Amino acid sequence: MARPRGSGTHDGDPRTPSPLCAPGSQRFPRTAHQDARPGGGAGSNERVTAPPDDCLARNEWICGAYLTSRGHILWDAVVQHLQLTAVSVAIGLLIAVPLAVAARRWRWAAGPVLGITTILYTIPSLAMFSLLLPVYGLSASIVVAGLVLYSLTLLVRNILAGLRAVPEDTRQAARGMGYGPVRLLLAVELPLAVPAAMAGLRIATVSAVSLVTVGAIVGYGGLGNLIYSGMNTYFKAQVLTASVLCVVIAVAADLLLLGIQRLLTPWTRAVPS
Amino acid sequence: MNTLSDTWSWLTSAAHWSGENGIWNRLGQHLWLTALCLVLSCLIALPVALVLGHLGKGGTLAVNISNVGRAVPTFAVLVLLLLTPIGKYGEWPTIIALILFAVPPLLTNAYVGMREVDRDVVRAARGMGMTGRQLLFRVELPLALPLILTGVRIAAVQLVATATLAALAGGGGLGRIITAGFNLASTPQVVAGAILVAVFALVVEGLFEVVQRFAPQWARGGFG
Repeated sequence: MARPRGSGTHDGDPRTPSPLCAPGSQRFPRTAHQDARPGGGAGSNERVTAPPDDCLARNEWICGAYLTSRGHILWDAVVQHLQLTAVSVAIGLLIAVPLAVAARRWRWAAGPVLGITTILYTIPSLAMFSLLLPVYGLSASIVVAGLVLYSLTLLVRNILAGLRAVPEDTRQAARGMGYGPVRLLLAVELPLAVPAAMAGLRIATVSAVSLVTVGAIVGYGGLGNLIYSGMNTYFKAQVLTASVLCVVIAVAADLLLLGIQRLLTPWTRAVPS
Repeated sequence: MNTLSDTWSWLTSAAHWSGENGIWNRLGQHLWLTALCLVLSCLIALPVALVLGHLGKGGTLAVNISNVGRAVPTFAVLVLLLLTPIGKYGEWPTIIALILFAVPPLLTNAYVGMREVDRDVVRAARGMGMTGRQLLFRVELPLALPLILTGVRIAAVQLVATATLAALAGGGGLGRIITAGFNLASTPQVVAGAILVAVFALVVEGLFEVVQRFAPQWARGGFG
């Protein structure tokens, strides 16, 4: 097994920092991405220069210089974060719809499907990723597979609730109009379940955005990687910026899905007369 | 299959169970952290939720705090607290982070439980001349108990998960077996730690399921 990227050699304990970057030291925080700093790379420069006295050197929480000097690292982390979230939730949705439909159609299937997904949801994220380690090795697939399993619970539960809430009258009217079981499902039941399903999708997405950070343990955590390396080097600006970006992504994704839901279900916006 | 047998031999080796980094010690830390934080967060959240629910005020806050809690990454809060001056005080950053994530489900469920008590029952109790205090403790609280306990269960499971993550930020508990396994590049240890954590979480969940099933009966017996 290869050593995960970005993990320290010690027992994961940031309270025993390496002597290079003692807590509260005025030293410029060293990270794996140090070469990203413009004008950095003291190795190529023979002169030994004093560290610049900017907010990075003072290790402040809020630091504009961090944003300008490490913009592309942040951007890469955000892109990875978005990719991991989007792929996981999309796969989760693809699996959840047939499961929910099956649980709706065959009553005996509902118990096991809901039971298993609930058990999966109870397993803490760190343990989930670790349990998948022998299957996928140290790869992004671990994070995706873990997040798929988590989103399954939320999605199956909500889609099933949506399908069950379709009024019997509506179903019978469709049958009376000559709808077969497939057309009934695709044209009547699933569209009517969209509001409940979207509610589940929003919760699943917001949870996934927050859980991706735990993927830092295997080196695929998007912004979590920056939080993890920032913790090991006491780099406050990096930890705060990455954390705030996580919340921003979660809120933005939630609003985006809310917008999509409104577009998909124009009937729910009908003006009450 | 090889990993499975390696994991099994890791788990059954007596040396891994004793000592400061042993499973018993980590399990004890995990249990202690979870129980302490569950009690503390109940003490913080439940009185607030019960009073707000009784008065019918602050509903937006009580309901939305859960959504906010979901959007904020646990790992980020753990690390942020660790880097603040609080980080110097041993387990305190972990305890504070744990409480921060246990309070929202408690608050939301207890508040919703209080508000969902049948209004007719509340009006009948008032008509019988019950004071606000009697109404709260003899009518609303027992009727809201199932949902309050759901909140406690969700909070407990959340606490187990967060306490596991605390290992990433240098805290104790069973998660430490996993992080140490990653740092030693030992897949059997990682998987063994994960199994221990998963079993622990499922046992906690199961325990609260049982409590939830029987507690309303005890409460009914107690309140006559």
